[in-house]
Amino acid sequence: MRIAVLVTYVPDTASTIKVGPSGKAIDEAGIKWIISPYDEFAVEEAIKLKESKGAEVTYITYGPERDQQVLRECFARGGDKGVHVVGTGAAFGDAFAIAQILTAAVKKAGPFDLIFAGVKGVGSDQGLVGAMVAELLDIPHVASVTKIEYGEAGITAWREIEGGQEVVEVSLPCVITAQKGLNEPRYPSLKGIMAAKKMPVESVKVADLGLDEAALGGATCRWVSLALPPAKSAGKIIHGEQDPQAAARELARLLREEAKVI
Amino acid sequence: MAAQTLDLYLVEELYTEEERMVRDAVREWVDERILPHIEQWAWEGRFPRELIPEMASLNLFGATFSEYGLPGLSNVAYGLVMQELERGDSGLRSFVSVQSALVMYPIMTWGSQEQKDRWIPRLAKGEAIGCFGLTEPDFGSNPGAMRTRARRVGNHWVLNGEKAWITNGSIADVAVVWAKDDEGIIRGFLVEKGTPGFETFEHKGKYSLRASVTSQLAFTDCQVPETNRLPGAAGLKCPLSCLTQARYGIAWGALGSALATFHAALDYAKTRKQFGDAPIASHQIIQERLVWMANEITKGQLMVWRLGRLKDEGRASFVQVSQAKRNSCWVARECAKLAREIHGANGVVNEYPVMRHLMNIESVYTYEGTHDMHTLILGEFLTGIPAFMPPREEKKS
Repeated sequence: MRIAVLVTYVPDTASTIKVGPSGKAIDEAGIKWIISPYDEFAVEEAIKLKESKGAEVTYITYGPERDQQVLRECFARGGDKGVHVVGTGAAFGDAFAIAQILTAAVKKAGPFDLIFAGVKGVGSDQGLVGAMVAELLDIPHVASVTKIEYGEAGITAWREIEGGQEVVEVSLPCVITAQKGLNEPRYPSLKGIMAAKKMPVESVKVADLGLDEAALGGATCRWVSLALPPAKSAGKIIHGEQDPQAAARELARLLREEAKVI
Repeated sequence: MAAQTLDLYLVEELYTEEERMVRDAVREWVDERILPHIEQWAWEGRFPRELIPEMASLNLFGATFSEYGLPGLSNVAYGLVMQELERGDSGLRSFVSVQSALVMYPIMTWGSQEQKDRWIPRLAKGEAIGCFGLTEPDFGSNPGAMRTRARRVGNHWVLNGEKAWITNGSIADVAVVWAKDDEGIIRGFLVEKGTPGFETFEHKGKYSLRASVTSQLAFTDCQVPETNRLPGAAGLKCPLSCLTQARYGIAWGALGSALATFHAALDYAKTRKQFGDAPIASHQIIQERLVWMANEITKGQLMVWRLGRLKDEGRASFVQVSQAKRNSCWVARECAKLAREIHGANGVVNEYPVMRHLMNIESVYTYEGTHDMHTLILGEFLTGIPAFMPPREEKKS
């Protein structure tokens, strides 16, 4: 079995985000980059499958030079090969452009029986790329998966829907996007980290895939401006030690009349 | 994800990408698996044995070796592992130090092929726990005067004596025990749990390293087969070279403790208000303490980094290791005290990590060569005059 895992490098969720001078991108100075947390579930699922059934796991990422490191971080957990599509960032924020680039990379490195991705890349949070890759490859996909059973011919996937769960049977090849709960991602082992630099990474340019990154990027979607959320105003404390009933009445009044939430 | 820690001199840039990855992996594990529970474990006086398989799957044991599929970390990477573990707790770091530097190291260095094959994979996987028996109730700084004896009888050795302050003693499957033969030569033995005549007793009533097991080992006509003697080990220099390995890790580890108390103090000072609405961090006397801590930690970081690089090049001397162990433990001890002062009364309760580190570091300051002994080692190096009984073989005493 051959498995591809689509991964992306994102700012650490604990980072303090600042908007850069262009107003259209974040200031990357001092940012620590991490594997997108949902991609960690995808990586873990692929490694578990390799360990239980035997499989070759290929990680594929698209991004600037520094993003080769995301492949090393995946290798520190397991896996066999990496493909880094080195880009200029022109397609950043345009899910369809990214999906076209990744699809071309999947076709070049494939064929694959199973493609995993995180349900979304933390930061831009669009949740589009996995499904778009499936459409472009003309294969089925199941999004936001929290449990998988592997059968003889295909797989059964549990996915979160509003107020319940949907159980889907799907044939291979397919794309699965991983949601929190799918598994418990392992910590990288020290041995894995030391072995990671020796793992094979194929570095390709977008042009090598027959695509024009500049033309793709922003063709369907581009970021016009970024702004930080307004600073939180100070909270209001209602003191209720003396007269709890009056405090409760006042709280209910404020929630109804000022906050307008009840 | 793990928080960034103090790095005033961009020491971060002196580490390789791999070294940073190693550090971050252990940092994340400590943040998620140790810090939420450590106060409870220390309070209960319990070593969390259930975490041993996790530590093994991270490859924390014997991480500098590359034989037997071990990771082959650089000494700087190994140091960063120690730093992160001790940022969690000195007892936790001690467990890994002992397993790696005091048990796997002597077996790898002086063990027979059979001994290595039998023990190294099991120790690496955490399926076996090891301990190291050198110190005795009456011989701490002067191990050469040990009383434990090993007498050759046919294909066996008969051990008699006592060892004290042995980390992991009562939970160990194998003890690396040092004893003098009839010619007064110190030899190393692998004494397995359950060997008749081998008993362990836990030291009770510790205020320090409470999340770690410390024991006495007693040998009464304990028969150990010749095949369990470390064939390559003869003389006090062998156990002392194990200690040099362990002290190297402690030099890094103690800075982890200092980082923990520094960050606790900084956070507390920025949120605790007194004399009006300003945080105590706005007081000059508090800032002076924080600056002292940051300054000494920075110097310590540069010292251990350089020592690690020298060690990777095979150029680190035991004198340098003594200096770094001495400095880091002193810095950590002073930082713990300053952090306790900044925390005021809150510094004595286990809602904050400070008192635990303060109590732990008292052991670390004293074990693996006391602060004073390291001072005398440096003193001898500088003057050429030993101001103490130097480590040497004592003939039949």
